[in-house]
Amino acid sequence: MRRWIVLVVLLIVLVGLTVWTTSAGDIGIFHAFTYGDIIVHSKDHLIMVFWAVLIAVLIGVPLGTLVTRPRFNRISPLVLGGASVGQSIPSLAIIAIMATLPFSLFFFDFGFNRETAIVALFIYGLLPIVRNSYASMNNINPALIESARGMGMTRWQIIRKIELPLAIPVIMTGIRVSTVVTVGTAELAVLVGGKGLGTITFTGVFAREVMLIIQGAAPTAFLAVGLGVILESIEKLITPRGLKIKAKNS
Amino acid sequence: MIKLEKVTKVYADGTRAVNGMNFEVEQGELCVFLGPSGCGKTTTMKMINRLIPITSGNIYIDGVDNTKINASELRRNIGYAIQEIGLFPHLTVGQNIETVPVLKGWSKSQRRERAEELLELVRMKPSEFIDKYPNELSGGQRQRVGVARALGADPPILLMDEPFGAIDPINRVELQSEFLKIQQKIKKTIIFVTHDIYEAIKMGDRIALMKDGKLVQYDTPADLLYQPKDEFVEGFVGADRALKGLQLLRVKEVMTGTYTTANIEEKAEVVRKRMEAEGIDLLPVVDNSGRFAGSVSISDIMSSSRAANVKDVMNQSEATSDVNAVLNEALSLMLSSGLKTLPIVGEDNRLAGILTFDAIQEALHEAVKAGGTK
Repeated sequence: MRRWIVLVVLLIVLVGLTVWTTSAGDIGIFHAFTYGDIIVHSKDHLIMVFWAVLIAVLIGVPLGTLVTRPRFNRISPLVLGGASVGQSIPSLAIIAIMATLPFSLFFFDFGFNRETAIVALFIYGLLPIVRNSYASMNNINPALIESARGMGMTRWQIIRKIELPLAIPVIMTGIRVSTVVTVGTAELAVLVGGKGLGTITFTGVFAREVMLIIQGAAPTAFLAVGLGVILESIEKLITPRGLKIKAKNS
Repeated sequence: MIKLEKVTKVYADGTRAVNGMNFEVEQGELCVFLGPSGCGKTTTMKMINRLIPITSGNIYIDGVDNTKINASELRRNIGYAIQEIGLFPHLTVGQNIETVPVLKGWSKSQRRERAEELLELVRMKPSEFIDKYPNELSGGQRQRVGVARALGADPPILLMDEPFGAIDPINRVELQSEFLKIQQKIKKTIIFVTHDIYEAIKMGDRIALMKDGKLVQYDTPADLLYQPKDEFVEGFVGADRALKGLQLLRVKEVMTGTYTTANIEEKAEVVRKRMEAEGIDLLPVVDNSGRFAGSVSISDIMSSSRAANVKDVMNQSEATSDVNAVLNEALSLMLSSGLKTLPIVGEDNRLAGILTFDAIQEALHEAVKAGGTK
């Protein structure tokens, strides 16, 4: 409960900072961005985060699950290692490298555009999702799998009816962490032509105007905290009821 | 009927877990796989429902080679219960029991009805438990649900891998007895894996004693106890096999059925004279419809007034045993309560007979002498 109060206060403060900097009008020799600008940039920002996280989920959850299967278990260090390398490279470096890649992949060209930013963000956001999918699917009580098999469930039925429902709370945590991190990292997207709230922040950085930096940073932080709260609520909602009950001792 | 023919399991690392196992389990029989750990009992059981693939040999279920049936299909027709129980924590008790019926595509109402029926069978109130989650149950209750789930789609065969192994000793004895009662009703063909010889003797119609992947002796519990094939069996059965034999006998087979009783309405003095004449110092007391009411001793009567009725002087809080109890349970009751004569009651608490140390001794002596051929 106390945590929720802190979060609400934080969100109010962030809104306050945004309103304060926006209503300042002129900042030094610059005009402050308007509310309209903030809304447009927020929308761009969210679209990038949405696609990056969506792709990370679509690839990360199956990948994390796949390497828990006996046949692919040997390559699990490779996959988890690969994903953590993706995150250990500084985000700025990933984005920069992506922008300079000289080739095309599938349907788009790398270069200074939004797609490049999304791919970079996806790579960066993959680790929490893969890692949590792997850990949760790998930690399921083997007795449950054994009795499911013994009762005649097929492999796919075991995944769908037993493993996924049990793993979903932890997978959702991974998705939440990934989303929050990606909202922050997406600030850098503007450097490769991806727009978003980074447009405001980096204008401030280059102009050395703290007010402008705050004008970009405050809404970004607001989005990160807000999405975190929303996803945490979803996480609680979809956790199966039977898992929320603590086991009796006996 | 389950038939094993030269069943062998060799693991990738060369371990021979099961080596040329041959035997049959009859329809409706409870067959216990017994042996020290690593003897191959669990491996053999898991080859029956193909959780472990067979290396060579054949397993026939009702005459059909089990490798000729689709593995999932095969398993849906064989109940499966394990020591860890493995109830799905995100599903309710009802949904857990309905697992196989769902896989088999039963209708919703049919499944629900079956789940309720099975909860009744394992003596859990359906209205109270069907919507509970496994985490809300005690260990014993979970085990019951595990058994109910294994019976979900009414399979003719049941595989049970140490199903009561994780339960405390007191509850285990109770669950065993209850399960035996259930088996009398449902008459399934059951493979029951255990390493506990007491459990094996109590539960098994037949025991398959295994060692190092081989079948050492396949016999009724009595034959295994009294006619051990070799030193290994003798050692495994133990030196106290006469005592273990107590588990083979039911109270009703040993008790004395004809006996003198006293009626609650009788004059105590009259009863005392009768007891003295027959040389008995403790007499069970029944009411007018033959229900057990208590016991009366000569000293009780001596210390009361001459005009007293039996019901005024009798001792009401006597221990009794059920006719269907196994002998060792009755014996331990006699030892702990200090009774030399244990009243035995049948249905509706009607007095059925009495059990004495002499009778127990005689029955054991007979059993050992007969060499288990009875």
